[in-house]
Amino acid sequence: MKKKLFSLLLTALLSMAVLSGCGSDGTGESSESNPSKESVESTQASTGTEVVEKTMYGGKVVVGIQQDIDSLDPHKATAAGTKEILFNIFEGLVKTDKNGDLMNAIASDYSVSEDGLVYTFTLREGVKFHNGNVVTAEDVKYSLDRVSGLLDGTPLISALSVITNVEIIDTKTVQVTVGSANTELIYSFAAAIIPAGSGEDENASPIGTGPFSYVSYTPQVGIVVKKNAEYWQEGLPYLDEVNFKIVNSAETALMELQGETIQIYAYLTDSQAEVLKDKFQILAAPSANVQALFLNNADPLLSDVRVRQAICYAMDKDTANLFVSGGNSVLISSAMLPALTSYYADLNDAYGTGAEVEKAKALLKEAGYPNGIDLEITVPSNYEFHMQTADVLVEQFKAAGINAKINPVEWNTWLTDVYNGRKYQTTLCAITSDGTPGYLMNRFQSDSKKNFVNFASAKYDEVYKKAAAAMDPTEKANYYKELQKIMSDEAGTAFIMVPPITVAVSPKLGGYTFYPIYVQDMSTIYYK
Amino acid sequence: MKYFVKKIITLIMTLFLVSVAAFLAFQVIPGDVVTSILGTEAPPEREEQLREELGLNKPPVVRYMRWASGVIKGDFGRSYRYSKNMNEMMPVKELIGDKLPVTLWLAALSLILIVLVSIPLGVLWARSTNRFVDAALNCITQVSMAVPSFFLGVLVTYLFGIVFHLFAPGGYISYHDNFKGFLGYLLFPALSIAIPKIAMTARFLRNSMLTEMKSDYVRTAYSKGCSKRRVMYGHVLRNAMMPVVTFLGMIIAEIVAGSIVVEQVFGLPGIGRLLISSINTRDFPVTEILILYITFVVIFVYFLVDILYRVIDPRISEK
Repeated sequence: MKKKLFSLLLTALLSMAVLSGCGSDGTGESSESNPSKESVESTQASTGTEVVEKTMYGGKVVVGIQQDIDSLDPHKATAAGTKEILFNIFEGLVKTDKNGDLMNAIASDYSVSEDGLVYTFTLREGVKFHNGNVVTAEDVKYSLDRVSGLLDGTPLISALSVITNVEIIDTKTVQVTVGSANTELIYSFAAAIIPAGSGEDENASPIGTGPFSYVSYTPQVGIVVKKNAEYWQEGLPYLDEVNFKIVNSAETALMELQGETIQIYAYLTDSQAEVLKDKFQILAAPSANVQALFLNNADPLLSDVRVRQAICYAMDKDTANLFVSGGNSVLISSAMLPALTSYYADLNDAYGTGAEVEKAKALLKEAGYPNGIDLEITVPSNYEFHMQTADVLVEQFKAAGINAKINPVEWNTWLTDVYNGRKYQTTLCAITSDGTPGYLMNRFQSDSKKNFVNFASAKYDEVYKKAAAAMDPTEKANYYKELQKIMSDEAGTAFIMVPPITVAVSPKLGGYTFYPIYVQDMSTIYYK
Repeated sequence: MKYFVKKIITLIMTLFLVSVAAFLAFQVIPGDVVTSILGTEAPPEREEQLREELGLNKPPVVRYMRWASGVIKGDFGRSYRYSKNMNEMMPVKELIGDKLPVTLWLAALSLILIVLVSIPLGVLWARSTNRFVDAALNCITQVSMAVPSFFLGVLVTYLFGIVFHLFAPGGYISYHDNFKGFLGYLLFPALSIAIPKIAMTARFLRNSMLTEMKSDYVRTAYSKGCSKRRVMYGHVLRNAMMPVVTFLGMIIAEIVAGSIVVEQVFGLPGIGRLLISSINTRDFPVTEILILYITFVVIFVYFLVDILYRVIDPRISEK
């Protein structure tokens, strides 16, 4: 009988094993192949002195990424986490360089008509898609028609929906006509160029012209790309293969870095960087995120400008910075990124970066709240950084008589209720810049779909229109500065800081480059 | 025969009710799948187009019927979230089919560990008269039961991965690439799942055996002249296994349905992790099928336990 029981258990186990399918015994891959001997020497500026560093061609790198990708179609991908990977596979007519300036990519040259309505692009000689075909004017027309909605009536990228016509002048020249002039539109021509017709092909794998070509994607595991040997930029990329591996949580990322399963991981927290600093190169640069306590200007309590100003005064950004980012953030008082130096207005003096409790109290009293106010801060709970900042603010606000409480919500709920529904009092989160100054400014126009803070200022709307129409860069910059001043005077929102991006890079690797937009450029990475 | 028909009808009814409940839950929870997919920057025309594509502009009843009739025909639909290539979304069948072996092998390994260690341990413990051994086992099992599995996962990773370098943390090897490597990597998550369950099962078996040892039939067996060995393995263990089988059934159902936390800690692309991310991204087709799978597993395992009972104790089927 005992035997019978045991055999039953065994059968159950075996049948489970059979049900679970059979795996094939394949060959194991070594996590890291040796870089080839072929090498070049490049000079690299580091810590002020010029050192000659050997850069080797070849090798594989595993990069830890935080989110799964949302689409393999470069025109449909919206998540920042996806775009930062697709940057390595796809390119547009132009692309952003590491200084945030535009450089020519598939186009070797372009010109804009004086009225700003006609763009003429000349295609670079001999740029090839990953499938070996040369990029033609038809491919460019197809791609631009597709993103602008001229193809099927559905634009895929909002900014480019202003395109009214794309014309092939000759095999190397494409002329694009737009409905309204905007000097920042040129940035949007970084939209990927894909082979004509590939957007409809059911089995199309992603084909672009970037430094790496697509190999495979497995949901929840990651995406693998390999070197594009025919990349038009001479000498790039160095690596043979890059594996973007999805890492579940910050804790597992730390383990995997220490176990050397991944060699590069961005978005470290301050405390993680501290743990890793002996074994890794820790690099940091300001991110493209504008973090703020966004105030719903339509809220009965917050519609009073004095209450909003009181909140700005009560906030101690210095301490918040120290607590959540080890003092490495850049404090801000406007929506503009300080990195966009020509457009940025430093308004940190307006409400101070420390807490000015007396001023806050006086304003609240004047507004009719001598006993203080109750405030709800809605925070998307998946963002640890924002949650921590909110904790610090709650403590700070107490001194000024602001009794704040945190309402953590899940990301999707935040999107529908807070961002789209605008049903909230205040929310702590960040807007990510797309690299253009206008992106950070246009959302606060009173009729903007993106104006989730319900900021309403006729003066702001008026100045923004002037800024958008301005063709002269200095004039435009001045308007943008004026907009920031209006926003600050009205205390439309309590801006806090631009957090840093902290990256851990294996000591064997060199060439990590930061961009002012969200991308992880792997083409410049090499084994030392 | 009647018994089987009854069981199958119950199974179908339960699956139906669960699918309706999950569908309703998706209607109630906040969050819109279109916003979740497109983010905040998409043109309104694109939002409309996607809503049309996913059939979200139809009334809920129509949507449910459409989904259910697809499932009955064997068409599980396509994920809202995961792409197969540039233009196609991943069919749910393919997506889950790829993840299921990971979870099942993990479950199989954990179960083997649990059965191989806990049953001998429980028996030895019940037989042991040494007070020191008893106290030590008591202490060890108590502690390992109390440690949450995610923490145990982190401990295992740290100890075996970083200190002893027995495996690369997060270095999951796909079963497509290298099956032995795959099993080798799974051993450690399986260990994290197994340790608390081993402790529980061993304790359970020990207590069950101690209770049985006080029964009348044990005294009778001894007086008949049975050896201690014979009494223990022939009579006591068999009777003591009854509640343990139920308990093991519960454990199987739990781990086959996906060890969400452990998969998360070890970066295993299994069912549990897929479920969490699908709920977060409001990926309805994937979530529904996963919930149905879990329901099915639970019911099926209990059904097996039921049959096992009849084998161990023939009196049950006579009733």
